[in-house]
Amino acid sequence: MLLLIPLLPFLGFLINAFLGRRLPKSVSGGIACLAMIAAFVISVLAFLGMQPGGTQQTVFNWIPSGDLQIPFALRVDPLAGVMILIVTGIGSLIHIYSTAYMHDETDGEFARYFSYLNLFAAFMLVLVLGSTFPVMFVGWEGVGLCSYLLIGFWFRKKSAADAGKKAFVVNRIGDFGFILGMLLIFATYGSLDFQVVASRVAGLAPEQTAGVITGATLLLFLGATGKSAQIPLYVWLPDAMEGPTPVSALIHAATMVTAGVYLIGRNAVLFSHAPITLAVVAGIGTATALMAGTIGLVQNDIKRVLAYSTVSQLGYMFLAMGVSAYAAGIFHLYTHAFFKALLFLGSGAVIHALAGEQDLRNMGGLRRALPITYWTFLIGAIAIAGVPPLAGFFSKDEILYRTFASQHVLLWIIGLVTSLLTATYMFRLVFLAFHGERRHEAPPAHPEEEEPAAHAGAGDRAGAQAAAHGPATHHGTSDPGPRTPSRGHAHAHLHDAPPAMALALIVLAIGSVIAGFIGVPHALGGSNRIEAFLEPSFQAHATAPANPEFQTTPFVHPAAEPAAGHDETAAGDTGTELTLMALSVGIAFAGIGIAAYFWLRNRAAAASMARSLSGPYKLLLNKYYVDEIYDALIVHPIVRLSTLGLWKGADAALIDGAVNGVGETVRGASSVLRRLQTGSVRAYAASLFFGVVMILGWYLWR
Amino acid sequence: MLSLIVFLPLIGAILVLLAGGRGDRPERESAVRAIALVFSLLTFAATLYLWARFSPASADFQFVERHAWLPQFGISYHLGVDGISLFLLVLTGFLTPLALLSSWQSVHRNVPLFSFFLLALETAMLGVFVSLDLFLFYVFWDAMLIPMYFLIGIWGYERRIYAAVKFILYTMAGSVLMLIAIIGLAYVRSASAGQPSFDLLDLYGLRLSWQMEQWFFLAFTVAFAIKVPLFPFHTWLPDAHVEAPTAGSVILAGVLLKMGTYGLLRFSFPLFPHAAAWFAPVLAILAVIGIIYGALVAMVQPDMKKLVAYSSVSHLGFVVLGLCALNINGVQGAVYQMLNHGVSTGGLFILVGMLSDRRHTRLISEFGGLKGVMPRLVAAFLVVTLSSIALPGLNGFIGEFLILLGAWRWHPRFAAFAAIGVILSAVYMLWMFQRVHYGDVTNEKNRRLPDLSPREWALMVPTIAIAVLMGIFPGIFLKPMEASVVRTIDRITSAVPAAASKAPAPAETLAQRQAHHE
Repeated sequence: MLLLIPLLPFLGFLINAFLGRRLPKSVSGGIACLAMIAAFVISVLAFLGMQPGGTQQTVFNWIPSGDLQIPFALRVDPLAGVMILIVTGIGSLIHIYSTAYMHDETDGEFARYFSYLNLFAAFMLVLVLGSTFPVMFVGWEGVGLCSYLLIGFWFRKKSAADAGKKAFVVNRIGDFGFILGMLLIFATYGSLDFQVVASRVAGLAPEQTAGVITGATLLLFLGATGKSAQIPLYVWLPDAMEGPTPVSALIHAATMVTAGVYLIGRNAVLFSHAPITLAVVAGIGTATALMAGTIGLVQNDIKRVLAYSTVSQLGYMFLAMGVSAYAAGIFHLYTHAFFKALLFLGSGAVIHALAGEQDLRNMGGLRRALPITYWTFLIGAIAIAGVPPLAGFFSKDEILYRTFASQHVLLWIIGLVTSLLTATYMFRLVFLAFHGERRHEAPPAHPEEEEPAAHAGAGDRAGAQAAAHGPATHHGTSDPGPRTPSRGHAHAHLHDAPPAMALALIVLAIGSVIAGFIGVPHALGGSNRIEAFLEPSFQAHATAPANPEFQTTPFVHPAAEPAAGHDETAAGDTGTELTLMALSVGIAFAGIGIAAYFWLRNRAAAASMARSLSGPYKLLLNKYYVDEIYDALIVHPIVRLSTLGLWKGADAALIDGAVNGVGETVRGASSVLRRLQTGSVRAYAASLFFGVVMILGWYLWR
Repeated sequence: MLSLIVFLPLIGAILVLLAGGRGDRPERESAVRAIALVFSLLTFAATLYLWARFSPASADFQFVERHAWLPQFGISYHLGVDGISLFLLVLTGFLTPLALLSSWQSVHRNVPLFSFFLLALETAMLGVFVSLDLFLFYVFWDAMLIPMYFLIGIWGYERRIYAAVKFILYTMAGSVLMLIAIIGLAYVRSASAGQPSFDLLDLYGLRLSWQMEQWFFLAFTVAFAIKVPLFPFHTWLPDAHVEAPTAGSVILAGVLLKMGTYGLLRFSFPLFPHAAAWFAPVLAILAVIGIIYGALVAMVQPDMKKLVAYSSVSHLGFVVLGLCALNINGVQGAVYQMLNHGVSTGGLFILVGMLSDRRHTRLISEFGGLKGVMPRLVAAFLVVTLSSIALPGLNGFIGEFLILLGAWRWHPRFAAFAAIGVILSAVYMLWMFQRVHYGDVTNEKNRRLPDLSPREWALMVPTIAIAVLMGIFPGIFLKPMEASVVRTIDRITSAVPAAASKAPAPAETLAQRQAHHE
């Protein structure tokens, strides 16, 4: 049954990839959506029917080579169970949303889009369900491929093609770490099955494992930084916004980018044995959260703000992982999936209504024109800002509390600062886009024109053309301009999200409100059910399954308990926890207040601040020049070295030069022998044969 | 059975010449092509039949044929197949029809002769893989050069003569060394056993002095290293590929390069195990250099064919690295990677050939935006590209993963450096892919190019199908080769216990060797 979960979207992919061109949109989109919904239903069944120790299905023996035997096996346990629900549930909503968002594409392109989307879901589910490192790696690279294809979906646009390639290559740098991590683990522990490795590691004393485990987990973490866009490999994610907005919501917010967090959760036992790695994870996570938060504060492209916000929130998740609060990290992953998908889809609805406009400076006052979008977006913003009782509050607060409780005060302070930034940039976005005056013109709404969806799709991709004849509304953001707005229709009616899009927005908004209640902490009288539910996934299995067929041995808790001693602290200091909670709520409101002051009440203040702090402002606007630094320090030197040093230097001049030199010498010497060159192949062959015989004869009858 | 398979293409080749008659007779072209294709397909079917009859559990040579040939020299006509050569035969059988078909559009000059050379080449290649007699092996080995020389020299592009001569000189230089070593071996054998023998199985057990072993090993290995080509012997390859017609490139990359790695595994290593253990780290270093070097140089090539050629240097570096690890993962991965490379790089050359047929240029800068013009061709290009960059789920990943694992278990450092190639392959392939297929159509000549023709479908469908099959069910191939791989490794490592899986430092082995022999 587990196999069906990734298989259904894969079948959807096959149908749309091979037949999609000939199918009308309703059929190809319908197949894709149905495949996802069916996968969701089966996921729910698998989740409910999950045995306490997890359920496993071995499909076939994938790679047999000596003592390396890798079955293609899928396993669902609490952690994977939560993930498949997120992937198929939110995935289904985004598929449905996409049917409206992409409606303007031709039949073939529409089917191509959905085939990629289904393929993505299939690989993501393999990633999550894989019970061994290599099977997970299939999904890991597969989602990278789909990300590549979907970012570059509008391949005619150079920036989109560039962004896709950048994403793939940067991810490959991470995969380099993943592969080496796998090799080290197999060479040391003789298995690549997550459970087997975990139980073998758990049985060893820390001093026996220190070096290898630290190395292996650091390598795996390198993989995680690539996939989950952390320092130093985060640079691809903001560029990935070139893809269609639903793709950003699904892949670059809710699911794929969380794979790195999932990887750590999956290998929690290993990471718990590597305190150095954990410190690195926490440090990188915090630094990324802060850095991305600061950049997000000044960006003008609505999707880029959200992209940096995603990077920042992923940083939180890594912070949680780094302080061994694995459940808290996964909890945040889960709530984040709701509100960030919601925010992206909401921004998609805005872009859709404004015919491709993505620059915040050209928005404003959309509150009344787009009520569904506005209210759902607002809920998302409140949720991410950390206002109780919405989802983001519980999960973020859990992370901050765990950080504080584990004596990482500095990280906790940075986390709080980031939380302030989060509230500020999110509400800056809300106020700029939905409040204030309208600084944009409605797209032409002639009755004979197509649906507004048409403009969104077209505007999103046909940047060059639009910019060519578009007047001043286009302010040179990274994104293509809108279609030429007709000035006469300045305050014409804007279309709010069509039903398919509205449905997704509303469901996700509800989720953003209630999703957090499964993790209400003890301090507030809750029972933090998600933590108790997930905990078994972060512990070693008591007995390594000798036979990787159906495997239902229960988990054993105490012996292999990972390092964190939060059980006492959790029960212990409710007072501290409540104080901290109040503090972070205060911070959330402070952030909203700052945003309200600068971008609602007194916009001139924001502008003058940007002017008086023009140095830092420019630094942030240009994202700390990291892309430029990478280009100058890595990309250009390598290209130059390869062209001038290796190709034209070593290959052409040195090696070929030497060879040709020998050739010249021989030619000089052999000009005497030229008479033997008759040009007849037969003569050459005969002389070759003759020579062989002569030499043979010489040796044998000497 | 084996003789039939080996000489079936040659029969076809002769028939083709007879059917074609003398000189250029365009009206007979289609008949000639049909005959050639039928014979190549028959050969392929025969190799598949061989696979079906092959008993996978046995490590011994199967379908053995042995006839005295020149008994006074100990030369016999000795053929046999084990799990390693079996799949190389199938690969050869698979690629030859594709190669024939790939040139239907572009080759019109003297088609009978062209088909003759390709089929004759197939006989020589098959012969190399099944020869169990060193003299016979050498005959096939050199027989291979001649058709290839003419394929490049007659039907190639502008600088074909230079490329053909460079190709033949490079390879001949190696062959001569090998020939001397072969004769020397037979001589040593006659000195120790009383009578000469060129039989591989006789020679496997031969004991040599350390010094002699070293020299013999080097002579064989240099010949094979040129063929692979191992850095720094690779500079003939880009020229040969760029100038060769598509069919030539497919065969060259798909099969001929494997002669080198096959030779290392079949001859160099087991014949001279002590020298192999001693030199393995050196070869591995060259292989790792080749992986990174080939990838970096591929990255900056303006010509697609040259890019793919340099990528071959990188991929074959992986193969050599896997062989040097001398453990089951490494060697199985290496053999698997030989097959992968044949499929993926063969496929890439076919695809580049299609573009070149349409536009008569292979310069990346001449293209752009093809995805909008020929979506199906580009989709096929994408899958083959992904198989070449080892995306899990496709064939390339299995080979690279096993090789890296084998290398890691031997010397983690080699694996770590080699894995950089995994990053770089994505860089050069996707960069090329993007410049050729994405973006807007900037060159008017590209606007009306036709998508895949039925003939081109017939080329791409089997290529992609096999890439997927090999990625998802590698066991089909890995299991039958396992026993033979284990036997081969045993042959090498049982002579040199220290080399079993952890390689000793060269100095140690040398000391051991000397102690052993003195």
